[in-house]
Amino acid sequence: MADYILIESRDPFESAEVGRFLELAEGLAKEGSEVALFLVQNAVLAARHGARTNLPNSGRTASLAALAANGVKVLADSFSLQERGISPNRLLPGVTVAPLSAVIDHLASGRRALWH
Amino acid sequence: MLGKKTLTFMLMDAPFENARTTTALRLIDIAARRGYDVNVFAYEGAVYLPLAAQAKHANAVHGTDAAEEDHPLPREWVAAVMEEAARNGGKLDWVNCGLCVDERGASESIPGVRRGSPADFWKMASASDNVLVIPTK
Repeated sequence: MADYILIESRDPFESAEVGRFLELAEGLAKEGSEVALFLVQNAVLAARHGARTNLPNSGRTASLAALAANGVKVLADSFSLQERGISPNRLLPGVTVAPLSAVIDHLASGRRALWH
Repeated sequence: MLGKKTLTFMLMDAPFENARTTTALRLIDIAARRGYDVNVFAYEGAVYLPLAAQAKHANAVHGTDAAEEDHPLPREWVAAVMEEAARNGGKLDWVNCGLCVDERGASESIPGVRRGSPADFWKMASASDNVLVIPTK
């Protein structure tokens, strides 16, 4: 079974498609794949502590915290957080701060990669 | 993670427009620093990234001249990641889509950029450990 690195770059409060991408992450993890969801650029806005639990326009989509609880490794780009003044200590439960090099690690290990 | 890897990236965004370009070049830079071989296939507006004619400019609002403004240029970033790859024992093969270049009149690129076709992307992808396509929105 393939493992995945899914890279989300969009703000879920701007793009309803983000919910679909998170559903994909959740579905792959439920089927037994190792899934890392890497948040970069405006996607890190959804990782803020206090961000709405349920993403807009995605009624069936789990929150980032729920995704993490269900086996998706949710990572937030440290540089994107810093750019936006988001403290790494003020993130949703289950979200881990990571450098962008984590994406290269996953690519080098052969995970299937998708960018949204 | 051990051993030399070959990664291929497809870029599609024109420069000066989207954070995807910065993130893409950050990723390429990380791979180059590791000494990986990196292939880049620049498609659509991304063929402007290594355009040799990009120039720094003054900023009247800031009251600065071109040197003071020190405006960052993507062609310099592309050259820098090429140099970084070579410095670390890797290589960066940058291919601009020829049809995209012709459509846009973007044929004057910095040294090290070659012209190709989507078939080159297929060859690069086939010979790589992994591929990341960074599409436009």
